[in-house]
Amino acid sequence: MAPKPLDYESLNENVKKVAYAVRGELYLRASELQKEGKKIIFTNVGNPHALGQKPLTFPRQVIALCQAPFLLDDPNVGLLFPADAIDRAKHYLSLTSGGLGAYSDSRGLPGIRKEIAEFIGRRDGYPSDPELIYLTDGASKGVMQILNTIIRNENDGILVPVPQYPLYSATISLYGGSLVPYYLEEEANWGLDINHIRQSVAAARMKGICVRALVIINPGNPTGQCLSEANLRELLKFCFRENIVLLADEVYQQNIYQDERPFISARKILLDMGPPISTEVQLVSFHTVSKGYWGECGQRGGYFEMTNLPAKTVDEIYKVASVSLSPNVPGQIFLGLMVNPPKPGDISYLRFAAESNAILESLKRRAHIMTDGFNSCRNVVCNFTEGAMYSFPQIRLPPKAIEAAKRAGKAPDVFYCLKLVEATGISTVPGSGFGQKEGVFHLRTTILPAEEEMPAIMDSFKKFNDEFMEQYEDYRGYSRM
Amino acid sequence: MRRFATERAKRLLFGSLLASRSPPSAFLCSSPPAAAAMDPAAGVVTVDTINPKVLKCEYAVRGEIVSHAQRLQQELQDKPGSHPFDEILYCNIGNPQSLGQQPVTFFREVLALCDHPSLLDKSETHALFSADAIARAWQILDVIPGRATGAYSHSQGIKGLRDAIAAGIADRDGFPANPDDIFLTDGASPAVHMMMQLLIRSEKDGILCPIPQYPLYSASIALHGGSLVPYYLDESTGWGLEISELKKQLEDARSKGITVRALVVINPGNPTGQVLAEENQREIVNFCKNEGLVLLADEVYQENIYVDDKKFNSFKKITRSMGYIDDEIPLVSFQSVSKGYYGECGKRGGYMEVTGFNAQVREQIYKVASVNLCSNISGQILASLVMNPPKVGDESYESFNADKNGILSSLARRAKALEDAFNSLEGVSCNKAEGAMYLFPRLRLPQKAIAAAKAVNAAPDAFYARRLLDATGIVVVPGSGFGQVPGTWHVRCTILPQEDKIPAIISRLKAFHEAFMEEFRD
Repeated sequence: MAPKPLDYESLNENVKKVAYAVRGELYLRASELQKEGKKIIFTNVGNPHALGQKPLTFPRQVIALCQAPFLLDDPNVGLLFPADAIDRAKHYLSLTSGGLGAYSDSRGLPGIRKEIAEFIGRRDGYPSDPELIYLTDGASKGVMQILNTIIRNENDGILVPVPQYPLYSATISLYGGSLVPYYLEEEANWGLDINHIRQSVAAARMKGICVRALVIINPGNPTGQCLSEANLRELLKFCFRENIVLLADEVYQQNIYQDERPFISARKILLDMGPPISTEVQLVSFHTVSKGYWGECGQRGGYFEMTNLPAKTVDEIYKVASVSLSPNVPGQIFLGLMVNPPKPGDISYLRFAAESNAILESLKRRAHIMTDGFNSCRNVVCNFTEGAMYSFPQIRLPPKAIEAAKRAGKAPDVFYCLKLVEATGISTVPGSGFGQKEGVFHLRTTILPAEEEMPAIMDSFKKFNDEFMEQYEDYRGYSRM
Repeated sequence: MRRFATERAKRLLFGSLLASRSPPSAFLCSSPPAAAAMDPAAGVVTVDTINPKVLKCEYAVRGEIVSHAQRLQQELQDKPGSHPFDEILYCNIGNPQSLGQQPVTFFREVLALCDHPSLLDKSETHALFSADAIARAWQILDVIPGRATGAYSHSQGIKGLRDAIAAGIADRDGFPANPDDIFLTDGASPAVHMMMQLLIRSEKDGILCPIPQYPLYSASIALHGGSLVPYYLDESTGWGLEISELKKQLEDARSKGITVRALVVINPGNPTGQVLAEENQREIVNFCKNEGLVLLADEVYQENIYVDDKKFNSFKKITRSMGYIDDEIPLVSFQSVSKGYYGECGKRGGYMEVTGFNAQVREQIYKVASVNLCSNISGQILASLVMNPPKVGDESYESFNADKNGILSSLARRAKALEDAFNSLEGVSCNKAEGAMYLFPRLRLPQKAIAAAKAVNAAPDAFYARRLLDATGIVVVPGSGFGQVPGTWHVRCTILPQEDKIPAIISRLKAFHEAFMEEFRD
């Protein structure tokens, strides 16, 4: 009797442990409902173009010309493309070694890495080394690569904020490490308290975990909070003292909706603090073209920048990158365009600026509409979305609802979110997918639906929520005689 | 007093570094305590403290010889004339467009229109793009929700594109394909990694790999902590794959306590170029069935066949033609946009077709795919074009067919020319490249050369490759990067430099080899 080669039982255990709620149960249910003809508003993932945000014109013009260089030879090309897009396409093609169709350097095209280094230099006021910038097919691949480099076994712990973007928990499971949670403070607008991190580290070490790295997501996902300079200084001091690598997920750095805490990169503060921190603390910073006002998720363009990693370690990371040959070249060009957008005076500048500003201003307005809409529900408390693309309201569920969820074999927030999507078509991700304190429930939605549809969406939510509460709330103190 | 001052000075030297740092919990972290105490600058991520599987993994295609070539290239730029050659010729990697191969026009037209869909609203577009490229772009955009090519898609890839690919597979094989079996990935390599991740639980899990092999497999197995179980292709029979050899290696591995999980077959072969005969393929399928192995069929060179007496048959076709139905044979077939006549390496497009797994396992595959959200959309579109190129009667068919045949016939000529060239060299024998993009000549090096190599701590083929590079600027990869029968030496050379460069390459190669053999004559 031939043994069955690939039964569920014989799969890599680590794969089985992985959970990634963003495209998990709720998304699958929403997709089913969509197939049955229900109108679904997918707010489960930060995917702006899927909800109607238009791509910026200039980068698409440039990439189309790079895709089809024969256009550049056509005398009529000026009828369809502005001169600066044509120049830029020629520039990027000259940086490649054979156009879009050739594998580039495994770290990414040197010319683009140089542009990124220059951008970082302008942003932070300190020079950046292109040799320490690696391009990847999306920031996620970079995160996975770095975590795979760090994690040796289940005794290696990675500090991850709770709530977190579940790429981190999924990757740590996949590579057989340990997730060491540190809780963000919901009552302090999802603030980061270094004491929580200290406590988590101490607790982990008691269990024999070797804490290797600290993940910060700034601005936060799903929470949106923006770290202050003081925060970053504390974190860097902490990493220095505890010999921990800092992994700074900064993919939402362009999405800031308040003025009190503008984006400051971890690297800038690291360098501001001078030696020994600036020369000793190991840092990897991540960025992408998927977020910001670009929202070019489908291009899979991202990079990571390494600071203070020993040369031999960088070599090993390079080696692993080379096994996958190279990141996709169009995605690399999008990165170049993102860090080097049209400037005042360029033909395409006005249009580019108008498009970008419109998107950012609308995101800010939508952040408010959504926060206010959630807060207008009596059992919902929602911190303001200071940055990123999400809203993470806390939903207070009555005991009857929690029991009903138990009977249905679902976590209470999953139960609530399933009912929500079935009633309104709003597809969210339950808070359990991101981590939350025991007994406290949330859902994550995005602020990405079109602005004109927002009020109706919030009304729809409120109506559902009020009906849900009516159904499950206990009217204590009222005699029913 | 003085001693106190010295102590103070010492502390200042190492500074607040040591004083403020909590002692690294050495016994928990198992990093050598002495090291951390002695060198506070060592930090936490060093080669001593990173994942040992990363250290174990090797990938020669972009290894040491390539770094050396890049240095020489820089020297040529800084000081022209500093070397006996004008340019570096990268024959180490299957990267056609970096060596002058032109992309297929029709594909690029469609991709440009999909990248910038507002072109389709402009009347001028008709002057610049062919009508069927415009039509195909519309077709593709219609299956993309909201026509949003910048949005994350379904984690397996856009459904409509998978439909098109499944149709293309069915056309190719004469047997149906299910779009839900297809997972679009950023090139075929990530799909291979996914399968290794799924299959390998520990170093006790083994994967049968051909020797010589494309070192993605050895690298991926090392990265995932498994064991590579080698099976040797027979150089004397044109790199033939013998079932007896498979059996022998399988039993050997099992006797050592290895659970062999899968069999990797690369067809056409890399670096060997052999195309499997149908009979051979049937034996392989039966072998997998009888031994309970997953068949991992790397078929990325399916469009690169240079001999008339061989044809590409997908393993999917073979299993179905043998009468096996889906759930009887676990088979994963890999395809890519990087090779063939399209050579679109930089786009990172590819897919795996996963058949013969139960629903639970497929859920796990989907789950792993979903963590990365999706592969790049442009690559997905290209995969659908590759599997569904222009047909007879389409406006672009003539020029498309000319592009395609031009490239393929040129590849065939170059394969032959280089094969003959290698065979003309003293002590060198080179099997025919029936397919793929490489030649893998065997070098019979004189004892003196082997000794010279040893003296500089290099494998003889690496020594030869290095000398070749230094003398001619030609970059090849030493055979040890692919695996070979111990005591034999090879190099892998691509057939990709443009046809007009081939004569010069051959004459340089010949001149170098003669001089080398003279220098090391016993």
